[in-house]
Amino acid sequence: MSAVAPLAPPAGRFSGGVHPSDRKELSRHMPIEVLPTPPELNIPLLQHTGAPCKPVVAPRAEVVLGQLIADIDAFISAPIHASAAGVVQREGVATLPNARHVKTIPIKTSSKQIPAEELLLDMFGGAWLDRKLEEVTPEEIVRAVRAAGIVGQGGAAFPTHVKLAQNPKKPVDTILVNGCECEPYLTADYRVMVEAPAPVIAGARLAARAAGASKIIVAIEDNKPEAIQALRDTAGGTDIIVMAVPTRYPMGGEKQTVRVTTGRTIPTGGLPLDVGVVVINVETAAAIARAVWRGKPLTHRVVTVTGEGVAQPRNILAPIGASYNDLLQFCGGLKPEAARAVAGGPMMGFAIGTLDVPVTKGTSGLVVLTAEDVARAAETPCVRCGRCVEACPLDLMPTRIAMAARHKDWVLAKRHHLMACMECGCCAYVCPAGIPLVQLIRMGKVQMMKEVGK
Amino acid sequence: MAESLANPVASTSAPAGPAPEEPAPALTVAPGPHIAYGALTTRRMMLDVILASLPLVAVSLWVFRAYAAFQIGLSVVSALVAERVFVALRHRSSTLGDFSATVTGLILGLSIPPAAPWYVSVVGAFAGIGFGKIVFGGLGQNIFNPAMVGRAFVMIAFPAAFGVATYVAPGLSADAATGATPLTALKMSGETPPLIPLFLGLAKGSVGETSALAALIGGLYLCIRGTAAWRIPTAAVIAMSLLTGAASLIHPSPWTVAHHLCAGAFLFGAFFILTDPVSSPLTARGQWIFGAGYAVLVLMMRVLSGYPEGVMFSVLLMNAVTPLINRWTVPVPVGGPVPERK
Repeated sequence: MSAVAPLAPPAGRFSGGVHPSDRKELSRHMPIEVLPTPPELNIPLLQHTGAPCKPVVAPRAEVVLGQLIADIDAFISAPIHASAAGVVQREGVATLPNARHVKTIPIKTSSKQIPAEELLLDMFGGAWLDRKLEEVTPEEIVRAVRAAGIVGQGGAAFPTHVKLAQNPKKPVDTILVNGCECEPYLTADYRVMVEAPAPVIAGARLAARAAGASKIIVAIEDNKPEAIQALRDTAGGTDIIVMAVPTRYPMGGEKQTVRVTTGRTIPTGGLPLDVGVVVINVETAAAIARAVWRGKPLTHRVVTVTGEGVAQPRNILAPIGASYNDLLQFCGGLKPEAARAVAGGPMMGFAIGTLDVPVTKGTSGLVVLTAEDVARAAETPCVRCGRCVEACPLDLMPTRIAMAARHKDWVLAKRHHLMACMECGCCAYVCPAGIPLVQLIRMGKVQMMKEVGK
Repeated sequence: MAESLANPVASTSAPAGPAPEEPAPALTVAPGPHIAYGALTTRRMMLDVILASLPLVAVSLWVFRAYAAFQIGLSVVSALVAERVFVALRHRSSTLGDFSATVTGLILGLSIPPAAPWYVSVVGAFAGIGFGKIVFGGLGQNIFNPAMVGRAFVMIAFPAAFGVATYVAPGLSADAATGATPLTALKMSGETPPLIPLFLGLAKGSVGETSALAALIGGLYLCIRGTAAWRIPTAAVIAMSLLTGAASLIHPSPWTVAHHLCAGAFLFGAFFILTDPVSSPLTARGQWIFGAGYAVLVLMMRVLSGYPEGVMFSVLLMNAVTPLINRWTVPVPVGGPVPERK
């Protein structure tokens, strides 16, 4: 790997978007640290988009790290593995940040766990690029990815093997590795790219082989030069293209990244697959490499715990099922000025009322904001200034949609393309009247479906 | 790593142990996004307009002296009183803090002839705030620009107040010589004024409309701040230039493109009145149409109607079609319309 991969210019652009202060400096220099195994893990049976899993282990059973504990025979699903050694407890429940109640498998962890250094080395260390792609068939890769329970770790948690399985009707020519991490505060993907570029590149190549794609693009926002350099250095000698894309929220949204890197436009209501692209998050790529080359399931993930409300922001390698409380304690706890805990980034994440929430495969961060951060003036009337229209990356008219939703005028809502909204939050971020546009639109979608039906 | 492993202890403010239901600091829950661009509020936008109008106010005070101070002051005070009274009648809390009434009063004051009687400003402000805004439901609900509604009201109610007798000559205050504005002169006798005074604001006209330069300075500030949609005045200026340019090619006249741009309230209207967000279109395409439509109407009224100037009526007419323009120009979402569900 003497050569450095070329840096390609973006192939397209998207209109709108916003430039929030990214506050990544709070945690960007903190190396990935392993969370000491908490005394109990609470592993949800539904951590992905699709069918919930059923336990395959009984209470009181002893499990080891990486052992299969839940699965279901459905295509759109992903099995779940024990993220620490211990004893299975009676079925529990948990409320996920999106307010969904799910069943869980609690595990009382044993005192003997894999040492932190060993775990880090196994996840990200060692050689990754010495293996030949010809050693595995596309089908084998897809099977390994399914068996490892890999889902999209950028947040949507869609089962990855479904995206990688070849479909003659929807051929794929490009694998897009998404390292944009456009949400403010979050630095988990950044740390993975800087500390573990090799498994990311290895996973991207495996994904391309599985999907039958000839082209691999790694997209990184240009505010992360170290990550860009790390991936270019590692990808040298391969045909992977590293692309520095402009820093603008929501650059990491699928529709936006695909457009900027390939110039293609995903149809409304469609998927990247419709334009021949499969998008995978950088950490997902690393998980694919680990699943295929090391036969290891997805049991841990990197979570950024940050914000001005956290004593010491960190990037933590946490076992799935660890609670947000465990994470926060590892970070020195909350500061007195903490006012809101957000699961995910501050733009699209969910505020949570309790910290007794388990880390799932889709948990990218826990951002604790202060009263000052979340202070809002009272809502004032819309003066139709059009800032939301300018900011919308999908060319919608958010104020129109939101007001139609507020007044339950579904004809008007439809005329303004209510269902096309991806809820990125740019409109509400810029609104000078402090109108909760995203909230109104989100409720509008649900109510319109209920009242108008199909 | 060892160091971090040795430090799993929470600080005093952290939730104690595995009983996390009551963390020490109270955590609030609200829909996202959880951060906002706090620098911009509706109030800040209104303050921007007031700030941007300072060059106009300064020129008007310099040119029309006490007349300007009187009209602007009376108009602003009347607008504030009107807002307070009407809002109280609706049993709502005071809305003076959003400064929208101040802006209405300011724009109205700047668009009134210097020597108009005192009741013109007062009635105009009450009519503008009352019929122009409150009857529709207050800020954000009105169809028409409130200041222009007020001005239209007094112009029809008191036509004499808008006659040549109220347009005093610049630079004089006490025994002011009154007379025709450049546009009236054009209409009556085809007179052509020198361009430089027209640009600087030394011509006769309403209090704040005479200086093209001041309107441009304030207008550019509004556009740079994003408080005014830049496409609207841009479209208006381009359309006016093209139309008058073409007209002077076909039918040469001493009234050049620059005369038409600088005369009357065209630029003041384009930058300050037309860009009132409430009564202008939301979409980019709509804003181009809106600005261009304004220029076409202003020119038509200058040339074809019985009035010397048509800024006010043009604004009101374009306001009236704004809902339609909004409806016609709903952009197609990126990726196309939402597919019908099967």
